[in-house]
Amino acid sequence: MSATTATAPRAARAGASRDLAPRRRGARNRLSTALWSALSVVLFALFAFPVYWMVNTSFQPNNEVRGSEIHFWPDNFTLRNYATVLFDPGRTPFAPAAVNSLVVTLTTVLVALIFAFLAAIAVTRFRFKSRRGFIVMILVIQMIPGEAMIVSIFRVIDGWHLLNTLIGLTIVYVATVLPFTIWTLRGFVNGVPADLEEAAMIDGCSRAGAFWRVTFPLLAPGLVATGVFGFIQAWNEFVIALVLNARPEMMTLPVWLRTFLVANGTTNWAAIMAGSTLMAIPVVVFFLIVQGRMTSGLVSGAVKG
Amino acid sequence: MTTTDTGVPPAVSAVDGERIVAPQPDEPPKRRRFSRRAGGLTPYALLVPASIVLAAIVGWPLIQLLITSMQEFGRAQVFGAPPSWVWFENYVDVLTDSTFYEVLGRSLVFAAVCVVSTMVLGTLMALLLQRLPKGFRLLLSIGMLLAWAMPPLSATIVWGWMFDTDYGIINSVLVNGFGLEEFRQHSWLIDPLSFFLVAGIIIIWGAVPFVAFTLYAGLTQVPEEVLEAAQLDGAGAFKRFRLITFPYLKPIFLITTILQIIWDLKVFTQIFALQDIGGIRALTNTLGVYIYQVSIAGGDFGTGGAIAVITAIILMTVSLYYVRQTIKEEEL
Repeated sequence: MSATTATAPRAARAGASRDLAPRRRGARNRLSTALWSALSVVLFALFAFPVYWMVNTSFQPNNEVRGSEIHFWPDNFTLRNYATVLFDPGRTPFAPAAVNSLVVTLTTVLVALIFAFLAAIAVTRFRFKSRRGFIVMILVIQMIPGEAMIVSIFRVIDGWHLLNTLIGLTIVYVATVLPFTIWTLRGFVNGVPADLEEAAMIDGCSRAGAFWRVTFPLLAPGLVATGVFGFIQAWNEFVIALVLNARPEMMTLPVWLRTFLVANGTTNWAAIMAGSTLMAIPVVVFFLIVQGRMTSGLVSGAVKG
Repeated sequence: MTTTDTGVPPAVSAVDGERIVAPQPDEPPKRRRFSRRAGGLTPYALLVPASIVLAAIVGWPLIQLLITSMQEFGRAQVFGAPPSWVWFENYVDVLTDSTFYEVLGRSLVFAAVCVVSTMVLGTLMALLLQRLPKGFRLLLSIGMLLAWAMPPLSATIVWGWMFDTDYGIINSVLVNGFGLEEFRQHSWLIDPLSFFLVAGIIIIWGAVPFVAFTLYAGLTQVPEEVLEAAQLDGAGAFKRFRLITFPYLKPIFLITTILQIIWDLKVFTQIFALQDIGGIRALTNTLGVYIYQVSIAGGDFGTGGAIAVITAIILMTVSLYYVRQTIKEEEL
């Protein structure tokens, strides 16, 4: 839905400006377009360079990385850094941390989506006494800084004997992701006109059936976008995992990467870059796959109508 | 006369009200507000799972936080010694401690610079995206997407490596490319000011794409006819942006600015990891990191709790205006 509304005016505008542009200004327009295009190439380089530099360094032998000469290209291509990260038994192992991250993140997304979906239906499709209060509460919770809560969350989780467990971390992540997820999904559900459900009900659907058959399919892009956002948030989360799951076998990837950084000082940048790359890959891939949906989704979720 | 006049109307209006109000809910609302119905206990049932999680992980710890902030709560208490009540002593300690004000000032200034830079650059990038031919737009989008997608910790470590004292590419280019000898073995992280320059670059680099993409998506919704009409009336590019584009995009500006303020005020990962790489902790702590240092690393949960409460209050005061605005915009 958002895709069609977004492309229609763009196409119309492109056509209009082509027709209306006076001929004399054609040359000037072409020049300014060329300048903007050149600028965009420079900006592309600025944005992409750190990512390139990470990957580039990760494929170079460490003694070359620590040399006086800068290698803009991995001339002596090596996979040794990745082998060090993945298989070196002397360091905190990578594989368990990766598994922990995957389990915690996927469970968080699934649970948060279900809970948030139910809550979003409640606040958009029903009228009840504390509806407004609940929405305001969701907004306010998002303003509470997580770092302020970390101390007492640590103590609460400790009280439940869930420190250094995946369940404990997952519960906290669900709560962290939930307010944003509810808020965004609320926007999506609001975006589907209730008239559609009404029409289905006139045709003989039950209320629940109308919602399930008409509104739910239209919400799929919204659920995907919100889920991806939750995935990225949970996958990248650092401070809570640092405090709650400090034991090596219970670490998630960000905490592992930090431990790896501290353990190697800054003497083995090549291996640190390899670890950094491994952690970034899933998120970057995810972003590239769903990016179109994500921006339109975030906007239509965050802004009414 | 006057007494009867003032005496009668209330009675009439009450009767009138009863008459007019009574049939109303029956007819028009049923059509207009069909979607939002009472539904008995259903909405409450739907809210139960989310509410339980939020109560357990936000509500309960919040109460705990308030209690701890009024107690003497150190390492001994973690291992079971009963905490003693000191009421507002922790708060007095914090508010009379000059370190706290240094941290607070640092955080506020740093966040303000980051938010303003991010919003300005993000807006310019969105306008640029709109002007580009398709191929270049795609290229720039990919570049920004890569920056946006980088996990904050990975990003910080990569930038830390690029700014490395001995082998970093930035020093190398400055020395070999521009002949600036003073940057040979120059440490960017030791001096607090240049530490925050690096931290700011990392944060802005990661946040501009979000703002740019969001605003660009909004820009495509601004009606072209209105802009063209303004152009024919002689409005320049800046005027058109200020008088037409900006009002259309105001809700999006609002949302993105709120998010930037929240994210930049409580920034943790970038500062913490940069300190690991080479900053001086005591001179570069921001609020989030300071809370961690005092309570988790330092073991003083009482004082840390008081700092956390004060931080939360500041952050929520800053965002209060925006919460109210959002509630108004959304017509809750």
